[in-house]
Amino acid sequence: MAETHVAIEHTASHPALQHHFENMEQQREAGALGMWVFLVTEIMFFGGMFLAYTLYRTLYPLEFASASNHLSLPLGAVNTGVLIFSSFTMALAVYSAQTGKRRAQIFCLGLTILLGLTFLGIKAIEYYDKYRDKLIPGRLFPSRPFDPQGIHLLPGANPRHVEMFYWIYFAMTGMHAIHMIIGVGVLSVITYFAARGRYGPEYHNPVEISGLYWHFVDIIWIFLFPLLYLLGRHLEHGG
Amino acid sequence: MKAFETFETPTAAHVNYINAQYGLKSWLLTRDHKRIALLYLGSISFFFFIGGLYAMFIRLELLTPQGDLLASTTYNKVFTQHGIIMIFFFLIPSIPATLGNFLVPLMIGAKDLAFPRINLLSWYIYMLGGVITIYALLAGGVDTGWTFYAPYSTTFSNSYVIAAGLGIFISGFSSILTGLNFIVTIHTMRAPGMTWFRLPLFIWAHYATSLVMVLGTPVVAITILLLAFERLAHVGIFDPAAGGDPILFQHLFWFYSHPAVYIMVLPSMGVVSELIANFSRKNIFGYSFVAFSSLAIAVFGFLVWGHHLFVAGQSVYAGMIFSFLSYAVAIPSAIKVFNWTATLYKASISYDTPMLYALGFIGLFTIGGMTGLFLAALAVDVHVSDTYFVVAHFHYIMVGGALFGYLGGLHYWWPKIAGRMYPEGWGRFSALVIFVGFNLTFLPQFVAGYLGMPRRYHAYPPEFQVFNVLSSAGASILGVGLLIPMIYLVWSMRYGKRAEPNPWHLPGLEWRTASPPPTENFLATPIVTWEAYEFAPPEEMEVIGKMKEEAKPV
Amino acid sequence: MQTSWIPFIPEGASTVSGKVDALYFYLSGVTVFFTLLISGVLTFFVIKYRRRMPFEIPRPIAGSHKLETIWSVIPFMIAMSMFAWGAQIYFQNARSPKNANEIFVVGKQWMWKIQHSTGQREINELHVPIGRKIKLIMTSEDTIHDFFIPAFRIKADVLPGRYTTQWFEATKPGTYHLFCAEYCGMNHSGMIGSVIVMQPTDFDNWLSGNSSQQSPAVAGQQLFQSLGCVSCHGANGEGGRGPELAGLFGRKVFLTNGQTLIADEGYIRESIENPQAKIVNGFNPIMPTFQGQVTPEQLIQIISFIKSLQGFKSAISNNDAGSCCESRAIDRGTTGRAAEFEIVQQEL
Repeated sequence: MAETHVAIEHTASHPALQHHFENMEQQREAGALGMWVFLVTEIMFFGGMFLAYTLYRTLYPLEFASASNHLSLPLGAVNTGVLIFSSFTMALAVYSAQTGKRRAQIFCLGLTILLGLTFLGIKAIEYYDKYRDKLIPGRLFPSRPFDPQGIHLLPGANPRHVEMFYWIYFAMTGMHAIHMIIGVGVLSVITYFAARGRYGPEYHNPVEISGLYWHFVDIIWIFLFPLLYLLGRHLEHGG
Repeated sequence: MKAFETFETPTAAHVNYINAQYGLKSWLLTRDHKRIALLYLGSISFFFFIGGLYAMFIRLELLTPQGDLLASTTYNKVFTQHGIIMIFFFLIPSIPATLGNFLVPLMIGAKDLAFPRINLLSWYIYMLGGVITIYALLAGGVDTGWTFYAPYSTTFSNSYVIAAGLGIFISGFSSILTGLNFIVTIHTMRAPGMTWFRLPLFIWAHYATSLVMVLGTPVVAITILLLAFERLAHVGIFDPAAGGDPILFQHLFWFYSHPAVYIMVLPSMGVVSELIANFSRKNIFGYSFVAFSSLAIAVFGFLVWGHHLFVAGQSVYAGMIFSFLSYAVAIPSAIKVFNWTATLYKASISYDTPMLYALGFIGLFTIGGMTGLFLAALAVDVHVSDTYFVVAHFHYIMVGGALFGYLGGLHYWWPKIAGRMYPEGWGRFSALVIFVGFNLTFLPQFVAGYLGMPRRYHAYPPEFQVFNVLSSAGASILGVGLLIPMIYLVWSMRYGKRAEPNPWHLPGLEWRTASPPPTENFLATPIVTWEAYEFAPPEEMEVIGKMKEEAKPV
Repeated sequence: MQTSWIPFIPEGASTVSGKVDALYFYLSGVTVFFTLLISGVLTFFVIKYRRRMPFEIPRPIAGSHKLETIWSVIPFMIAMSMFAWGAQIYFQNARSPKNANEIFVVGKQWMWKIQHSTGQREINELHVPIGRKIKLIMTSEDTIHDFFIPAFRIKADVLPGRYTTQWFEATKPGTYHLFCAEYCGMNHSGMIGSVIVMQPTDFDNWLSGNSSQQSPAVAGQQLFQSLGCVSCHGANGEGGRGPELAGLFGRKVFLTNGQTLIADEGYIRESIENPQAKIVNGFNPIMPTFQGQVTPEQLIQIISFIKSLQGFKSAISNNDAGSCCESRAIDRGTTGRAAEFEIVQQEL
């Protein structure tokens, strides 16, 4: 046990280096790993709902298909495109941060936020449509109890079980929307700091890990879209 | 025992993490993992006390066969709240949030955890969850059992289910953040030379625990949300009349709650490894086997949840698969017990209080674990499921296992945490009282359970009374025994003998710095060139970074 | 209620109680053995290897692959023996026997309503004869309960919206505890009763003494008429606008979606509560739902009536009736999908 320690050096370090890390590399590695671990917890969180979805879809395939057909395919498809494109702009933002291009960062981040807000806006329209058509499940709005009258039911579907689809729809898309709102909030903060020139080739962790989060939210939607919107289209069109 | 003194014992005024800054704000806004550990220690002790009060009422009521002390609904609330407080607000955070938070950076030679502010946030989240749950208890209580089974909890219970669920939901995030912090810290912040297989087994245990925390807790989060959603909106997720399935709730709930028991016991096993090795001055026999067993328990623990549904209406084949896997998960724990025992062979064993707790753990965990094998046997489980046999089994693991590890660790590291020694005589005495009281409380419950006494009953047929009286008598002894350390540990913070940096003369990195440590943990970055549990004479285990000539009081 | 010569075991009064107890003794023996072994070795080592000199350092021992193997493999084999024994008893007991007498149980907060197939009703009491296989068909009116008879070593959850089953054969006359073993609210501790096992002659006397009550099948026939089932299914279940019900029970049914199933209690219940779920091939989906209009007990009575209708052209004998191959677990309304499997498929 001869050489037991190294004196702690206090040389000039990057202003963004936090005191408990040895160097920027360790800080970057820790931040990235932390975000990945967090995303794994999010997968487990959504996983419970995917399990419930799997169970009830297996039990009530026709009811699910009928309700799925009633969702607005154009709005859902547009939203999917919006999100995928926003992941692209996010990746560009990360690249701009890595290469130190401040104006490009602000532009790309701003565009990503805008696209995220677009997604949320379209979602709000869809939710409003459900409210208007009395398709909010349960007794959340006692004055507008759930009423599947407006849905074209495929032959053999039981109207009582259509409500199952809708609670899963709202639980999953609602959770997703909450995560998007948080994402928009985080990106707003990042944009603010990017505008102040904080990120460059030596330090761009926060942009990278925000990008990871944003891509994750996008991927969840890519699973949700076909599972919720595309179930029964082939049945409806005699396919 | 002071034959070797290689440096000046620091005086009262040496700067450490406790006296570095004064004032409430410096504690409530701290980023120091050691201070956060103390914040947790205070709150966890508070919740343990509340949970213990509920236990006292349970045992008082059960002294007589009639339900004469409490009204039925009150009793139902009491056992529910005992479970909720003890599991979610004591056992799950206990070792990781107090000992883990304090020691993980010290043991690996780091200055702090990877994310200090997230660490502080996790304490605030825990407190928020706790406050909401306390509100639910004071406003009227919750009576669903800590398992919240639908449809009783969604449709029939007239109690504060959503508030209690919300409190638990929020505190779950505290657990997730702690686990996340540990995983990242252990991966990225080990000191130079601290390879994976030089890590103390306490670290391996916390790493495995963190995997479970991070993967399992989100599932109970969504389960509670769905439960609340159904209770609020009557959607029918778990309601058969609407096409839902009450057993879906059970699957979702136990998918977390079984791994949760490993969150509760794995850290304690990590503590026991430290105690056995250090108080016998010998490396753990089969170090890598013990390390990998922790990981194996974490992984297998996710595969056995169905053993809680053997009589719930699960399919026969699912039952057989879960029974098989439940036996498989017992093997790594058995391996650990044998390795700990083998460590003591030709060792040099001292009888300090922490060692007494470790030895108690091994015996009691053996009983608890083996009675788990009864429950894994399908045909026997059919008979004893939902009886006091199950209650006795899990208390042997949770109290005889997890709590004994916690108390042993608390005593072992008390000099490091508080800079003071606890009174050894009282320590040994209370360990003995706790051991006796605990066994008297729970051993009769095995018998009552096999005889058929169901759990969650506040009135029972008279032939079960003798077992209940024994159990309640034991509980009073256990309660007294648990109060004693609470008193002398607090007493020692002011009046205890001041501790040297390395009072037990041990090689671990946490002992190579002052007691209590300075805020930045070490005076210099350690370079690790020795294996785990490599004992050496005291003069070779000095404080890192401290030059003898420079030793002077501040 | 302890057996006379073993102090800590409840009385055993069924054909399986002895088997379960034997496994319990084995488990207890192994537990005691290992507990004594570990505690003994620990105590021995702790005394023999106590510290004698301060700061002494014993010689480190890294480990031994041989020992690790031994104490992994041997416990694993012991564990497997426990698994196999427990699974064997469980599996044997999982399927209710073909010719068992059926007794219906409805649990509700906080009582047990029991009805024998010959009509006798009981509250919180269950009279059974020794030596006869008894199958319990159980459901709940509200939350989950559990029907637990310690003396028989049997227990099964009782669920709302579906049927669960368990069976037993009592071997010793006496009165034994009946407990609810799934927490169900305020009076969970009060949801208890007795199982009274009698000699066959005594049981027959008891039955005839209580014969003033209708059998469920007769009550079911009255409901069949009063609810209007006859208008589509015919007064004797001969069919018409609705499918034939005579001889339905245990028969293969072909559905409009191409699936086939074996008609059992769960299928009949589902067809009453949720008729649109499964439409018989060749018929229109015009049957109205009776959910909320019939109580679980009335459902049992209607099902009993339908079971009692003998078919003219059913090619399948009673051997293929659902009871021959039912497992002790749930009969779901959706069991029909599992027509190819003898054992009704269940949950995850």
